[in-house]
Amino acid sequence: MTTIISCIPPALPSTLPVMDTKTVKKVASLARLSMTDQELESYRPKLENILKFVEQLSEVNTDGVEPLSNVVDIALTLRTDTLTDGDLQQKILANAPESTEGFFVVPKVVE
Amino acid sequence: MTQKSLTHLSITEALAGLSKKEFSAVEYTRAHIEATEQNRDLNCYITETPDIALRQAAESDARRAKGQAGLLDGVPIAIKDLFCTQGVRTTAASRILDQFVPEYESTVTSKIFAEGAVMLGKVNLDSFGMGSTTGSSAFGQTFNPWRSTTSPDVKLVPGGSSGGSSAVVAARMAPGALGTDTGGSIRQPAAFCGISGIKPTYGRCSRFGVIAYASSLDQAGVFARTVEDCALMLKSISGYDPKDSTSANKPVPDFVAGLQGGNVKRLKVGIPKEYRVEGMPQEIDESWHKGTQWLKDQGAEIVDISLPHVKYALPAYYILAPCEASSNLARYDGVRYGRRIEGKDLKETYELTRAHGFQDEVKRRIMVGTYALSAGYYDAYYVKAQKLRRLIRDDYMKAFEKCDVLLTPITPSAAFPVGQNEDDPIKMYLEDIFTISLNLAGLPGMCVPAMLNAEGLPLGLQIIGRPWDEETVLRAARGLEIAADFRALPGMLGTKMAA
Repeated sequence: MTTIISCIPPALPSTLPVMDTKTVKKVASLARLSMTDQELESYRPKLENILKFVEQLSEVNTDGVEPLSNVVDIALTLRTDTLTDGDLQQKILANAPESTEGFFVVPKVVE
Repeated sequence: MTQKSLTHLSITEALAGLSKKEFSAVEYTRAHIEATEQNRDLNCYITETPDIALRQAAESDARRAKGQAGLLDGVPIAIKDLFCTQGVRTTAASRILDQFVPEYESTVTSKIFAEGAVMLGKVNLDSFGMGSTTGSSAFGQTFNPWRSTTSPDVKLVPGGSSGGSSAVVAARMAPGALGTDTGGSIRQPAAFCGISGIKPTYGRCSRFGVIAYASSLDQAGVFARTVEDCALMLKSISGYDPKDSTSANKPVPDFVAGLQGGNVKRLKVGIPKEYRVEGMPQEIDESWHKGTQWLKDQGAEIVDISLPHVKYALPAYYILAPCEASSNLARYDGVRYGRRIEGKDLKETYELTRAHGFQDEVKRRIMVGTYALSAGYYDAYYVKAQKLRRLIRDDYMKAFEKCDVLLTPITPSAAFPVGQNEDDPIKMYLEDIFTISLNLAGLPGMCVPAMLNAEGLPLGLQIIGRPWDEETVLRAARGLEIAADFRALPGMLGTKMAA
């Protein structure tokens, strides 16, 4: 019942970084996401397609174009460096999975 | 008045009724709570808050009796579950936050409460705002109250990510709702559900207390069934907030007064030729032609314009947004708040917590962002996309030298069946083709329902304005609304309400 517009770019030159399973595994580890081999395999083609899709940007010459990070004409201002709140320990710990005596508790970091 | 007559009022009509004491805020709120109970099969809410709503409504009646009513006093509102609400669970439709109860209130919600609004509850969304169907929620799919006349048994998506917000307003379960829009998440679901919705200029509303997806693109906005109601709600949520350094310290216009009866005489309306994309369904093209003619007939001047880089908006967005998301969502580590899954050490705890806590689409975007920001690729992806972002914004600014607003289609199709496109992220991303460039350029945009297609489903149109010129966007939208005279109701309302 619906038509999907096709603007997927044609197949890309082989200069593109290949999204192989090893790379997907590395990225998952960097992103701190545990994944089974099966999951890595199912993510791989989808990630590859997304990277292929965004590759069309390379056809635009952007030499001398200043990257845009702040989209509106708002000058960032500094506030005065004074305390505006405090005594929030209980509120800050209220949603902690585990806490004791005012501290967050985590599994052992150093063996 | 009956439940039906109360739930079908616009906010403006309801405020008049409340002020004339035709009904109380408690009665008005109760009608919406009943409508909510009758429509649970649409799965719109993650958390219903009827007790809070009735308490706030009673307080509103007391204020009104004392002559102290605010802009939205006694009006029940549904809140996208991405706005932190103090003491009320806020999940971002994720497993990782499924028990998270904020200790503070978002600025936008505190503003509507300060104007007397009543909270009906927290509505469903695509997890963390990532999606176009409200199907990536950890709390299940929300369904569109509309069904096509040709396949009435097929359940349709309400759009996304603010699909719970648009569905409740279309289904007369709330007269207005709050949403957020990072790539079209207010305008596309408004179009799919046949209602109005506006995303203001980036910086018009505070992002404080809105769970972040892509901070340079996220912006709060509103849904309602009339343009005037949107103007009223937008006025109440806009303004500078010292807690958000990107919110604008600019005066907030009286958006309702700015409507000027929808007068578009001599208004210059740009028609960007690049929005006429290959393969666009004829019904979308027809609705666009119709909208153009409507504005022309009311005295607007039609101007052809060109936005040569706008076709790169989708790929630029699908670099920038995942990069920002991968950084923003790094905070969910199961240490300070949120659900934790214990591992043998801290790293494994992080990995299990995040793997369990995030939906697939969220993981996918985190992975894309992590990859694009990783050593060696930063310039090729992130910086390149930021450069395209400037070119896209420059295109729009040049166009606004020749016209006051732009008129465009808003979606490449009407609402589609649940499950369609699910396995192909790129096809799903193309849903946002007409909406996404505005977020990159920081511009205000609004959806107005225009007509029904051959299958009896609503199609919307989009008005785009200059930065900080929501007034003209709303005025042109009002002009469209008058001409379109869209009165169709979702089929379910006829049968359910009559029963």
